Order: sequence, then C-alpha cells, then structure tokens
Amino acid sequence: MLLARDDNTMGELDGGPAAVTPHCRRERSWSLSSLIMAIPLAIILLAFVVAPLISVVAVSVFRYDNFAVVPAFTFENYQSVLTSGLTLSLYLTMIKLAAVTWAATLVIGFLVAYFLVFHVRSKLIAIGLFLVCTVPFWTSNIIRMIAWLPLLGKQGAINAALMATGIIHQPLQFLLYSDFSVVVSYVNLFTIFMIVPIFNAMSRVDPALFEAAVDAGASRLQTMLLVVVPLAKSGIALGSVFVITLVMGDFYVVKIMSGGGAASVVSAMVDDISTLLFPHAAASAVVLLVVLTLLIAAIMRVVDIRRELVRDR
Amino acid sequence: MMHEDDPQAKTGVTRRALLKGTSAAAGAAVGSGAITGFPMIWAQDIKNITLRHIGVSYSVVQAIGDQASKDLGFKVEMQNLDTSTAITRFITQPQSVDIPDLEAWQAKVAVPHGILQGIEIKKITQFDNILPIFTKGEYEGKKVSSQGINAYEVMYMASPDSTQIVPGYHDYASFLPQVYNADSIGYRPDLINHPVTQWKELLSPQFKGKAAILDVPNIGIMDAALALESRGDVTYKNKGNMTRDEIDKTIDALIVLKKQGHFRATWTTFEQSVELMAAGEVVIESMWSPAVTAVLAKGIQCTYAPVNQRPDGKEGYRGWTNGLGLMRHLKGKKLEAAYEYLNWYYSGWQGAFVARHGYYSPVPATAKQFMSPNEFGYWYLGKPAIGDIKDPYGVVIAKPGAVRDGGSFVERFSNISCWNTVMDENEYMIQRWNEFKSA
Repeated sequence: MLLARDDNTMGELDGGPAAVTPHCRRERSWSLSSLIMAIPLAIILLAFVVAPLISVVAVSVFRYDNFAVVPAFTFENYQSVLTSGLTLSLYLTMIKLAAVTWAATLVIGFLVAYFLVFHVRSKLIAIGLFLVCTVPFWTSNIIRMIAWLPLLGKQGAINAALMATGIIHQPLQFLLYSDFSVVVSYVNLFTIFMIVPIFNAMSRVDPALFEAAVDAGASRLQTMLLVVVPLAKSGIALGSVFVITLVMGDFYVVKIMSGGGAASVVSAMVDDISTLLFPHAAASAVVLLVVLTLLIAAIMRVVDIRRELVRDR
Repeated sequence: MMHEDDPQAKTGVTRRALLKGTSAAAGAAVGSGAITGFPMIWAQDIKNITLRHIGVSYSVVQAIGDQASKDLGFKVEMQNLDTSTAITRFITQPQSVDIPDLEAWQAKVAVPHGILQGIEIKKITQFDNILPIFTKGEYEGKKVSSQGINAYEVMYMASPDSTQIVPGYHDYASFLPQVYNADSIGYRPDLINHPVTQWKELLSPQFKGKAAILDVPNIGIMDAALALESRGDVTYKNKGNMTRDEIDKTIDALIVLKKQGHFRATWTTFEQSVELMAAGEVVIESMWSPAVTAVLAKGIQCTYAPVNQRPDGKEGYRGWTNGLGLMRHLKGKKLEAAYEYLNWYYSGWQGAFVARHGYYSPVPATAKQFMSPNEFGYWYLGKPAIGDIKDPYGVVIAKPGAVRDGGSFVERFSNISCWNTVMDENEYMIQRWNEFKSA
C-alpha cells in the first residue's frame, strides 16, 4: 500500500511542463470530476509556489539602497550575479559535490534496491527490510549529520583507531572539514531518496524477464545492465532529480561539514540576507531556479518518466 | 502614546527603594525572587499582556525572561533567532515582534525602515547611570573608537516616530544597550607555549592547520583586519568601514592563507567555536569570552588573549553591543509594559546574570547590588577570586585565586579598537568574503 501511494505521489511530482508530451495528453480525459479533484492542489501550488516565486522574481529586479529595498526596475542584481567569478566558482563547487553525491547514492541505492527486489524471495521480508532502510530517517537530518563529527574528527573514532593500530602516525585531516566529509553526509542523508524510487520501479519488473534473459544466455551482470537498468530508469531518473536538487539547494550540510571551509550557492544568499541585501539574494535564487530547471529538463529528456510510468500500468 | 507619568515615577521610586533594601542580601539572594511585585499599581491591567522579546541566543536568554515575568507580573516570551533571521524578521514581520534585540549596527539598519519607535529617555529611570561609553561616546576621559559602529553613534532620534538617527544626545533613543563585550582570541595555553597578546598570532605559520576564524562576514573581516594590521601587512583608515581596496587586500591575504591550509575551519555559532577548541581541532581561533569559559567548564585549558591596544594603534578588542528596541506598533498598556520591562532590565538582576557569562551590563552600579563582592571583584575588577566563581546556572568555572583573562572591565573597554559593523561597501564585501570561503 505504502509503495503504491509513493508511486502516485511521484507521478504528480513530475507533472511539470517538461514532462507533458502530446502522447500523454491524448490519453488523458478531462472530465469534470478530475478537474474538481485538481483544484485543491492547484490552489496550494498557486498560494505556496507561484505567488512566492512571483515576489522573488519581482524583488530580484528591485534596487537596493541604504539598507532598504526600492521598487525601481533594474537589472543590476542579475548583472552582478552573472558577471561575478564567485557565482561560477560556487556553481562549480556545488555541481562537483552534486555529481559525486549522485554517483555514490546511485550505486548504493541501485544495489540496495536490487538486493531487496530480486534477492529477497519473500515480498513481505523485502518490504520489511525496505522499512528498515528508513529507520535512520526517524531522527532529524541535523542529528544524523552531526553524528559524523565525533567519528571523523582529528581526535575522532576513526583517527583514534587508525593511530592505535599503528596504520597512521598523524591524524588524517581530510576526514573532517573537507569535501570528503560533506559528501559523506550527503550520501548518508540522501541515499534513501534514490532507494525509494528505484525500489519502486524494480518491483514492477516481471520476473519472467529474468528467466528469458538467462535462457537467452545472458550472464548475471548482463541481465542487470541490459534488462534491469533500462526498466528501472524511471526510478533512477526520479532519484537523481531528488538528490541533485537537494544538494544544489543545500547550505547547512556544506556549512557544518566543511567547517565553513566551503561556500554553497545558498550560503552566499544567506550571507546576502543577513544584511538585508534581498534583491541580490533574490536574483541569485532566480538564477539557481533556472539552473535547476535546466538540469531537471535534461534528466527528463534522457528519461521520459511519465511515459515510463504510464506504460507500466 | 500619551499616558500619565505618575505611575512611572511611582514605580521608579518603589524600585529604587527596593533595590536599596535588597542590596545587602543581594549576592546570595538573587534568584530568590526578592524583588517581586513592584509594578503592583496596575497589576490587574497588565497580567494578560505578553511581550515578545526576540533576538540572538547569547543576548535573549530564557532565564532572564522568566525572572522578568516573575518580577513584573506580565508575561515575557523569549524567542531566539540567529542574527540574520532576527533582523529579517524585525523588518519583514514587524507585527510579530514587541521588543527587538538589536546590535548597534542593526539599529542603524532598522531605523530607516520605520519599524521602531523612539524610546522616551526620561521614562528610563536608570538612564543617567548608563556608562558614558554608550550615552556620550566617551570612557575614562577618552573618546571611544569610531571604527565600526559604536552604540553612541546610532543611539539617538529626534522624535518617537522619526526614521532617522541623529548625532549627539536627543530625547529619544533608537535602542537601549543591555549587554556588551569585547572579543578577541582564544587559545590553548597547554599547546601554545607563550602568552598570546597580539592578533597576528592567529596567522602565525606555527599554527598552520590549527587555526580558525569567525565566519560572520561583517565581523569576521574585522578580526582578519586586526590580524593583518597586527602583522603589518595592511593599514586601515577604518576597519569598520573599509574601502574596496582595503577589502580586496584583506580577502586576498585570507585566500592565500586558506590555500596554504592555514585555517582548519571557520565557525559561525558559539557552540561551534567551543567544539573546535574542545575537540582539539584548533589551538587558536578568534573567540568570544563566554566561549572560552565554556571550554574551561569542559575541563580543557583555554585562555582569552588580552590584546591591549599598542601606542601605534595596533591590536585592541572588537567590541559589540546588543540593546532593546521598541517596535512601532506598541501602544497603550502594552507600551507601558514594554517601558516597565526596559526599566527592569536596568534594575540589576539581568546585569548580574550576564556578568556570570562574562558579559557586562551598561549599568554596573545596579548589577553590583545583585552580585557578591567576590563576583563583582572577579568579573568587573579583574581581581583574583576569593571563593568559587559560578556561571549563571551554578556550575563552578573558577576556583579561588583565579583571575579573569583580559583584566578588569576598565582595562578591556579602554582598549576597544573597533565595533561590530555593517560597511558602506557591504554588498561588495560579502561577495568577496564568499570568494574567500569558496576558494
């Protein structure tokens, strides 16, 4: 039941403009009842997504003067954001972090889901184990992140163990307050967002296909790569969207786990807001939104999630 | 707005009489609620009032609000937000705040937005006892540093509904200082074998990979500037209001240091600075006095570097002041309650409370009445403790014989080099600071 519901939510989540193809539109019938059912969501989206977005875009073209926002049209904020070398280096940092995190969560998420779906024989145990995967998420993000500090620190558990066994003689500094620790936290925090959709997509793969593949002489690896991956790609794409947007929009994990040693796109906005530079922060936010939209559009281009989901049903 | 001055005067008298009465027993009897009931006059009218006092955690403390509620008979609700969220809330949702806790530079930013009302100074009974650092901009016969934004500079308004700060004494205040301190460097005396008295130590190659600085751009850059000035790399006209050129020189130097791996980390919250030091990640970092106390409380040696100003103008502390404002929407009974609250703040209990954190009250005369001679000697006069020194929650943090780092109050506050600030080139500075962070 839980899985079925997840599936539906995801179907809605990707209902953005990028995913609607003429093919899908023909299949849909706009009856009165479905219009009525769409109204509550439409109201929520209008009130909590569209309206704030409009005000952010509006503020982003306002002038900032003497700690006050002046409603006078200007492109200065965008000019300042887009021509600054800082913006480029912030995006490069975040894209690097997002790419590494994405690769790690994808490998882990795929393997965990694969194991749960195809290696655990009993459906009940599979679902039980799947729920176990979510147990760490019963605590807050912040606690799970901060728990890494005593483990990775100069005098932390890992360094202490390595020193005690004589493997190293100087504590490993790169373990904490580095890109390494940031990625470790991201992987810890976000892998579940990869597991869930991939698990979901895999559950709908017909086991008969395995027998067919084996009969046709495919090895285990070949079956995984040539049969399972293509069938699970809607899950992979959804998981990727989650992980990438979460990383690109993060500021707290970077701040804590890099020991302030790295800035993120959002942390630069936070610094702007701290002294009321709202227009500049708003322009940065719009730029981030555009970048993320392009990224997601690119993912959608590779995998047409909507069609994948519809086809399976 | 208008209301009789009578009850105010009466409560003032009551309070003073009461303070005299309690002063003898003060030290030990502080928490015992000795000063209950002084606004009795309209106790019936005010008991339904709730004041929302909002600001940063080191300034807006639950225990202070609880005591105020007990003494005043109406409810004071304390809410903590970080510096930037707080100022954003004051300005964007002014109706959701009654008493904004403002740093001096935030008062400068807030006043033009028209969200504050001028505080009528003649209603503040202890105003004349507030140290002249704040009210007159001078101390011990010297003018206080005008680098950065000192409280005096931003304190006065010409009328209650003005949106402008005016120089020099006027009848209305934009905010009233309530807690302040002088920040410098904290270090591990067990790991650094010489006393640290200069900012340049923060950049010394000796501490490569073991140093940290504060990552709140507008004050972090001043710590960096103090260090670069101390090392003789850069000279500044005004560290609290740098030119683009000065900002560039400072940030470029920081980037070089960062690329060399000099900084182990940067910190943004009190707790982070304590953890960095206590976990052995750093041996030296820019630090706040109570954070040093917190490290000590964990049984780890930590010293607060006394960075007295040198004759050539180098060194000195970075000072800051937090104060209470009145939101413009306050009126009637609620406004009267707010004035009661402001007056309560200066009546001594709060002053004694923050002193035990290592902070100071603008009215030491009343704070003294709520402290034992041992406490006052230790915290304010820089004398060796003659008994155990406890923090506000009763934990022993200094044994008899211990002396507070940085010496007496007078010594610290005659050595302020610059004040927390927001610069004219703020937007540029923040951008360059982020370049340092992403370098």
